[in-house]
Amino acid sequence: MSILVDKDTKVICQGITGKAGAFHTAGCLEYGTKMVGGVSPGKGGTRSEHDLPVFNTCHDAVKATGADVSMIFVPAPFAADAAMEAADAGCSVVVLITEGIPTLDMVRARDFVEEKGTLLIGPNCPGIITPGGCKVGIMPGYIHKPKNGSGHAVGIISRSGTLTYEAVWQCTTRDIAQTTCVGIGGDPVKGLNFIELLERFQKDEDTDAIIMIGEIGGTDEEQAAAYIERHVTKPVVAFIAGQTAPPGKRMGHAGAIISGGEGTAASKVAALKEAGVSVADSPAALGETVAAALKSR
Amino acid sequence: MKVHEYQARELLVDAGVPVPASHVVDTVEAAVDAATNIGGKIVVKAQVFAGGRGKAGFVKLCDTPDQVREAATFMLANRMVSVQTGAEGIEVKKLLVASAVDIESEYYVAVVLDRAKKCPVVMVSTEGGVEIEVVAKEKPDAIVKRWLHPHLGLMSFQLAQLVAALGFTDKAQAKAASKVIRGLVDVFYKYDCALAEINPLIRTPDGDVLAIDAKMNFDDNATFRHKRLQEMFDPREENQMELAAKEHDLSYIALDGNIGCLVNGAGLAMATMDIIKLHGGEPANFLDVGGSVTAEAATEAFRIILSDDKVKGILVNIFGGIAKCDLIAEALIAAAAQIGFKVPVVVRLEGTNVDRARELLEAAKIPQITTATDLADAANKVCAKVA
Repeated sequence: MSILVDKDTKVICQGITGKAGAFHTAGCLEYGTKMVGGVSPGKGGTRSEHDLPVFNTCHDAVKATGADVSMIFVPAPFAADAAMEAADAGCSVVVLITEGIPTLDMVRARDFVEEKGTLLIGPNCPGIITPGGCKVGIMPGYIHKPKNGSGHAVGIISRSGTLTYEAVWQCTTRDIAQTTCVGIGGDPVKGLNFIELLERFQKDEDTDAIIMIGEIGGTDEEQAAAYIERHVTKPVVAFIAGQTAPPGKRMGHAGAIISGGEGTAASKVAALKEAGVSVADSPAALGETVAAALKSR
Repeated sequence: MKVHEYQARELLVDAGVPVPASHVVDTVEAAVDAATNIGGKIVVKAQVFAGGRGKAGFVKLCDTPDQVREAATFMLANRMVSVQTGAEGIEVKKLLVASAVDIESEYYVAVVLDRAKKCPVVMVSTEGGVEIEVVAKEKPDAIVKRWLHPHLGLMSFQLAQLVAALGFTDKAQAKAASKVIRGLVDVFYKYDCALAEINPLIRTPDGDVLAIDAKMNFDDNATFRHKRLQEMFDPREENQMELAAKEHDLSYIALDGNIGCLVNGAGLAMATMDIIKLHGGEPANFLDVGGSVTAEAATEAFRIILSDDKVKGILVNIFGGIAKCDLIAEALIAAAAQIGFKVPVVVRLEGTNVDRARELLEAAKIPQITTATDLADAANKVCAKVA
């Protein structure tokens, strides 16, 4: 099992004729994702370099292909609108990869998308992958290990891209598979957050443990900790990046900033430990920490 | 992005928020002229981003033009040193010369993004003139909040509630306070603010409602659509190395330690700093080269790290996804040839094209380079080398 996407999920790419959209559509196809088309306004009726049909609008694309997931590579000034278009066209999951979207655009778009009943992943994220089944995003596929047979598998939720790859790799090299890995993105206003995904992984029968990777800024991890304490019975392993980050500085991600004393790594680590989460001190210890958590289960 | 106080005042005035009479000057003579022109008691304020101006003597109340001359001379001739500037201090180029009005009551008004509620929030308090973080800690009930609907923004009933919370009962004063809050919210939306704050908003004994000090922070992701903010941008107030990095699409932040870091991805870059500290070292910087880094930009990244004299060793930590390990290896080799490594470099590569990258590094035989098998090994090695 997996959450959000699987081998039968039909995916379109908004911005398929752009450099990044074309490159990563190719990567997803290579991984085995059912890419069924793309959107590029003004280029409707043509074929992409991958020989997929290109449509002018999301509505046309969804109607013609039956896609239910959209992966968005539209440039930042137009990306929030693209997410609303995908939701309005009836996509059930929208994966917004684009980085640098104005926050107030996301305040409005997120609300609209939610109103439509669509699940939004991102923005400023690597996407989602269900190893061996479906990749909707920019992560290197080969580092992942699909669940097969009776071995253990974890679900991963992360605010960071490459730090997720680090966690995945530490699992894969220890023979621990992944059910689904979700990059929720590094922006202050985003779609699905830790809690919504913890809920899904808790319900997913194939997921034995959950890794959550947080970072400084905001209070998402503290809220997740409160949720875990009440609702999650599976082992949760966490790492919080930015323990050495100075206050008031934006550490690469738009959302990674300690301001007004809020959003420190110490506060997040304390809340998670309080909730019974195994917090790895070192990013190099994620694999062994999850292995230990699975062993004691 | 930040702007100076006088620039924030300009934006407020345009939105209909009244402020005391003032002029922005950059010479002592102009300061004296401005003070004479305004008349009465005057406050002279240095225009710098750093806080702690009052304590550093860079906000001065003056009763006479001679005192204004003295204050302006001092501020323009000396670098301001405060807790926020570091020992080297900061040069003052502009002064705000403003009428020092009498204050009967002080208030706090701000609009900021509430990340948890995913919308902007207006906060008001009768505890004006002090830092809001202190109020939030000691008297949380003294802050009244109203959240702004994602599509509808500030509603009239919310505005009325906020004005009432500030205790304005006189009709004309309540109207003036409404105008201030409405104006601040308008500025917040119009310019994509991350924070728009008036502290303090004051009431004079005559019943005038005026914004005395304003602070604004703008969403860096949205400045592309605000020409006026682009014009206000003051590169002199930024860290020059951080600016140079930005030109090459690198995200760099200078820190105090001696181990330089070059990493791809913001989360991994923070985690790399953390693991250095965990192994007893101190990171000299945060540096995220990003996913679509070019060989030139990666070489530039080494140049920036090496330009920091404190750096006694470098940790390169790349988990190739979109970024390719061989490109980083080529940049390492180019940097060794063009800049030269005077300090040890520990390299940890994993992910896309890692085999080719390892071959390249092996063949290049750069004596300063040591390779590491994983993240912990890399942190150990670099910390041992600078210890």
